[in-house]
Amino acid sequence: MFFCSACWLVLASAFALISSIKFHSPSFLADSACLTYGRVHTAYLNCLLYGFCLQAGLGVALWLLARLGQTPLAQPWLVIVGTLLWNAGIKLGVLGILRGDGTGFEYLDIPGYAAWITILGYLLIGLSGVLTFHQRCELRLFVSQWFIFTALFWFPWIYATAELLLVKFPVRGAAQVAVWAYYNTNLSTVWLPLVGLAAIFYFIPKLTQRDLHSGYLALFAFWMLILFGGWTGITHGAPLPAWMPAISTVATMLLAVPLLAVALNVHLTLYGKSWHRSADIPVRGAAVTEPADRNVRAPMPPPDELRPSLRANAPLQFITVGAVALVLAWLMKMICAGVDVAYPLNLTWLTPAREQLNSYGFFSLVMFGAIYAILPRLTQTEFPSPRLVRAHFWLALLGVLLTVVPLAGAGIVEALRMHDPDVPFVAIVKSTLPFLRASTTGDLFLAFGHVIFLINVAGLAVRFYRPRVAGAYADATADLSLSEAQP
Amino acid sequence: MNHGPLLFLAAFFALASSWCGFVLAPQLQVGQMQQTNTLSGGATYPVARPGEAQQGLQVYRANGCASCHSQQVRQSGTVCDVVLTEAGTNQAALIPALVTLKCGTIPTQAEQRAAATAKDKPPARLQEFSEPGARDLLAHLPQPVRQGLTREEANADVKALTAAGAKASIWIVPVGPDISRGWGRRRTVAEDFLFDYPVMPGVQRVGPDLANVGLRLPDASWHLRHLYAPRLYEKGSTMPPYRFLFEKRKIGKEPSPEALALPAEFAPEAGLEIVPKQAAKALAAYLTSLRADAPLFVAPLVAASPTTAAATNAPGASEPVSTHAVPTTAPTK
Repeated sequence: MFFCSACWLVLASAFALISSIKFHSPSFLADSACLTYGRVHTAYLNCLLYGFCLQAGLGVALWLLARLGQTPLAQPWLVIVGTLLWNAGIKLGVLGILRGDGTGFEYLDIPGYAAWITILGYLLIGLSGVLTFHQRCELRLFVSQWFIFTALFWFPWIYATAELLLVKFPVRGAAQVAVWAYYNTNLSTVWLPLVGLAAIFYFIPKLTQRDLHSGYLALFAFWMLILFGGWTGITHGAPLPAWMPAISTVATMLLAVPLLAVALNVHLTLYGKSWHRSADIPVRGAAVTEPADRNVRAPMPPPDELRPSLRANAPLQFITVGAVALVLAWLMKMICAGVDVAYPLNLTWLTPAREQLNSYGFFSLVMFGAIYAILPRLTQTEFPSPRLVRAHFWLALLGVLLTVVPLAGAGIVEALRMHDPDVPFVAIVKSTLPFLRASTTGDLFLAFGHVIFLINVAGLAVRFYRPRVAGAYADATADLSLSEAQP
Repeated sequence: MNHGPLLFLAAFFALASSWCGFVLAPQLQVGQMQQTNTLSGGATYPVARPGEAQQGLQVYRANGCASCHSQQVRQSGTVCDVVLTEAGTNQAALIPALVTLKCGTIPTQAEQRAAATAKDKPPARLQEFSEPGARDLLAHLPQPVRQGLTREEANADVKALTAAGAKASIWIVPVGPDISRGWGRRRTVAEDFLFDYPVMPGVQRVGPDLANVGLRLPDASWHLRHLYAPRLYEKGSTMPPYRFLFEKRKIGKEPSPEALALPAEFAPEAGLEIVPKQAAKALAAYLTSLRADAPLFVAPLVAASPTTAAATNAPGASEPVSTHAVPTTAPTK
């Protein structure tokens, strides 16, 4: 169990790396090959996704499995070796991308030679997770365990498929587009929500001291998500036979079902009086579907006894905002897929805005919350400065808002103007520039947030290890003085 | 209750179903795809890119060009043009038929759209088309007679012309914002990528679509200069310069024939010249090889050849693409 914390540290440093890259990516035009936009941007995406999202997700997943199974982590050495391999693979991969070895498939850019190390690392970590699941003492499963257990073997399947069929033995022609879309969507629409929702469904009840509103509703969302999620990747207009985008669009629309289930469940868990007063579900459900309403309300709880707990509880803040972001990201995905058939929205800045909302607004924020909740329990130490934790929250929230909203704005402007062939392309690019500059400010906030996160985690680690190191040092010196005294 | 195995099986099933749908099925359908024949000439399509262009594809991949450039043209549909191919012998019947067609009461789709967008103006009147005009048209066959029709309208037109003893055919013209923008003549289909690895259709258009950049800008030296200094052609360009693909060196006995001809603003100091490295040449070769305009069964297209289309006076979607649409027209408003 303790080894997770070591893992966080490595991950945090990876994270600092990302933030520094972020400074470069928007505008700095370097004359050097490895800092050209195409490479740095790709490296940034992969750092964030594999370096932070997946790694943090795995750590939280292992902790949840151990916690919910009432058992210590099985074979901790597997996790250590796995984490080391994973990080080595990512580092090698990112260096490879900067060198120009990226594969050319976005979000799967890590070159083949690094991918094998990475997947081996994942398999070791995952093996430990499955063993932990197997040896659990508490046989009855909580919903989070369903989510995590599925996610654990979901990733190797999709990753192996993509690596084998795109990098090792590439399929012919446009079939690559389909495989790439399959991988990409399974990772961002299924894997991340599986782990993120596991954390949401565990921590929100835990931190608010309430029961999860409905386990069955959560399971329902689970089934709908894994049934439809994998089908949602191929966008309208992709160079593929028409049945594929058609199926994808339908599947994306069906995501509304798990979306409603999740939104309802989280909302009722947070604000519902208790489960037997569920007569007003439809009314509340209707409120949940309105993004603006939800956006305003969720971070500001209604004036009842909850206010102090949500205000004072940074992890809960992170996770609640993350849940809202998930709902918004799914809504955005549905809107894009639905409108795109009649009116092209894809291939604009809306796509990165959605990715950002999903992988950062939703997943990373939930992970931050989970880490802030887990680490003190794990180490029996408090964070050195609660104010810094809250500072991180506000920076992260502002950063997400300031990146997603301008990017989406740029996307909408671009889509509207692209539709009119008389507007020259350069003019369109120009009209998106102010938005992009605004989003750079958001990136800056996020980068500050990462630094604070690193400080927080490092501070905690120092607090945790200092007594131990001091103890070990005392032991060692005691031996030494003893041996000196002997002759 | 131990749900572990059940959970595993169910999740396995869910995963396997989407895997069959979006990995196995595309592999069976698209992955087994072979070269096909174009509709017009029956030429084999696609042919593999030349070796240098294939190297260029790797340069394109390595530098993440696909982060900003898509290679997929989208079309919102197709319209039909009626083209008169042979006048036949009965001109006395044909000319009135032509005049009725062109001055007829059915507005074409293009005109309907024009009328719908300009609400404050009165609906666009059909063009005046008189007998001399018809004679003039008959002198330069084949000629499009009406453009932007639905299939039914086109069929009716052909019927009327055939009744007058002439021969007419229907041309299929893809339409859509991308196509009007000059980014392609038809939508991008799976066949276009048959021999490419990796296939990079792109996710975003930070820069213009490149699916047909070789068609718009067939000059490799233009690409080289543009890669070296994108702002040479477009003041507001946000494309980063790719100077590391070029070598700045002293001019030897005589200037290298490959050296870039740059205006003073971008030229190096006296006595130096900018010479493209192999990677730059390969990338330029790749870019000029990007042209996906062959008419295929899955994406039919009978584009008007530039001469005939230029001769018509009716505005239509099939108007030939200006080959310098992107770089030279720079109305910076």
